[in-house]
Amino acid sequence: MPDTILVVVEQREGKLNRVSWETITAGQAIAAATGWQLEAAVVGSGLSSIAAEIAGKKLAKVYDVESPRFEPYTPDAFAVGLKQFFSSSQPKLVLMPHTYQVRDFVPKLATSMGRSVISDCVGFKHEGGKLVFTRQMFQGKLAADVSFTSDAPWFVTFQNGAFRGDKAETGASPAPVETVNVEIGADAIRNKPQEVFKEAKQAVDLTQAEIIVAVGRGIKEQKNIEIAKQLADALGGDLAASRPICDSGWLPMDRQIGSSGQTVAPKLYLALGISGAIQHIVGMKGSRAIIAVNKDSEAPIFEIADCAVVGNLFDIVPPLIEEVKKVKAGG
Amino acid sequence: MKQVPQKDAPLKLNESGAWIREDVSYEVNEPDAYALEEALRQREKHKGEVVVITSGPARAQQVLREALAKGADRAIHLEDDKFVGLDAFNTAKAIAAAIKDEQFDLIFTGLQSDDYGYAQTGVILAELLGWPHATIIMQIEKTDTGIRVKRELEAGFFQFVDMPTPAVLTIQSGINKLRYATLIGIKQAKNKPLRKVSWGDVQSALSENLQKIEKLYIPQKTKKTEYIEGAPGEIAKKLVDKLRNELRVI
Repeated sequence: MPDTILVVVEQREGKLNRVSWETITAGQAIAAATGWQLEAAVVGSGLSSIAAEIAGKKLAKVYDVESPRFEPYTPDAFAVGLKQFFSSSQPKLVLMPHTYQVRDFVPKLATSMGRSVISDCVGFKHEGGKLVFTRQMFQGKLAADVSFTSDAPWFVTFQNGAFRGDKAETGASPAPVETVNVEIGADAIRNKPQEVFKEAKQAVDLTQAEIIVAVGRGIKEQKNIEIAKQLADALGGDLAASRPICDSGWLPMDRQIGSSGQTVAPKLYLALGISGAIQHIVGMKGSRAIIAVNKDSEAPIFEIADCAVVGNLFDIVPPLIEEVKKVKAGG
Repeated sequence: MKQVPQKDAPLKLNESGAWIREDVSYEVNEPDAYALEEALRQREKHKGEVVVITSGPARAQQVLREALAKGADRAIHLEDDKFVGLDAFNTAKAIAAAIKDEQFDLIFTGLQSDDYGYAQTGVILAELLGWPHATIIMQIEKTDTGIRVKRELEAGFFQFVDMPTPAVLTIQSGINKLRYATLIGIKQAKNKPLRKVSWGDVQSALSENLQKIEKLYIPQKTKKTEYIEGAPGEIAKKLVDKLRNELRVI
């Protein structure tokens, strides 16, 4: 049997999570570099239509791994069911998107098999027959190449946006789909999840904003938010923040950008005193232009900024407000 | 809880090229501070005891001292330089071994660390202990049969989950408001019990690491960044020129 890469795609309530295409692109790139065979699996209950959707991509095979106990999602069912599936399919490398759901079950699954996960990777290298995975460390300040020292299967999760979903190659003909039914005992599932809901007061929709002025820890105190507000007003934009600002209650949660908040892609994203932790970057890196002001020249935000100002935001912002007002008034 | 380099600390690589030099300032991993706060609040509601645990060199004791000063009852320190080099799988194994004679109802961890950022140790620990777990928790209520927790999902969605105890929960930042240590608390902390666990005490529970950092390095820039310099007034003028003539947003 050839070495196999298996992409486990993510679905919620019968709908494919789009980030799954990125993981398939990653799998295709690793397959091309290693010569290993690429397969994919969808996990849930009654998912033949998703399996068929996936099968259009360039894959050797698609598994539809089924059990009524996969719905609603619990980490117990996913760990037990997938362990059973892997013991028969025996993949060498298992790839998944680094979503909140995967984070919830994949460390448990790997541990139950005596294996480990290299999580939140942004790329891979295949050099001299050795496969290493690149991930950010220390909030993005450093990168690490990490290898597996254990037997297969190896588990890897990829960060949202690490690969381009629209680059996933289509196959010459649809991949064969095999349905695999796994047995999960009722007593294996200990958690009882309730309905998924959205907090009622999501008043602010930043996804449509053309200009966003966002503040981070560098703003220092709640009262200083005012100058960012003034800049946003002068520019005709919206005010947003990184998570710590909302955690402190300085701005409401619905102004938070990042993995746990909103994902935005404005024409201009002006980041004031934001260091650029990964969790923030995933929410704004699609912006057409990023201008960052930060006094720390090594802040990771500068890695993705088009335009960088290394300096104190309290020095830069007041004259900037004046200049913007002047130019706007002058037409 | 975990001690990590301070957020704005400049990091340098050590001789091995696989880790950072140790001579930086450290602080408590931020999500862990919220996990401690939540434990203290649950104790205030339901009585009981809060125990804090960390693994790391002697310097990591500072994290435990601060936790005791904030109100934790006692502390456990897996103390050795070698604990820093463990992967998440072995860190969880070491913690599981160190607490095998304890009778905890709940274990809280931060949802991830600011250094490695693996977001795994808590979930692995749950599996090693044979306990249920839930991740990225924003609220915890006691129920007749166990607990009801509020999980944060992506894109502003949430979900309540009922689960039995004992259980492991990974706590999201912002679940509560952090308290400061009081002077009395700092004084009292000196007399609170702190149990040390040596490498030798847990070594037999550990295996070889399952993964290895081959190389640590400064990430290569993928984007061309233009640096704007000068006095604040000049910078403002240059930025506005850019906004108007290049980006055409004003």
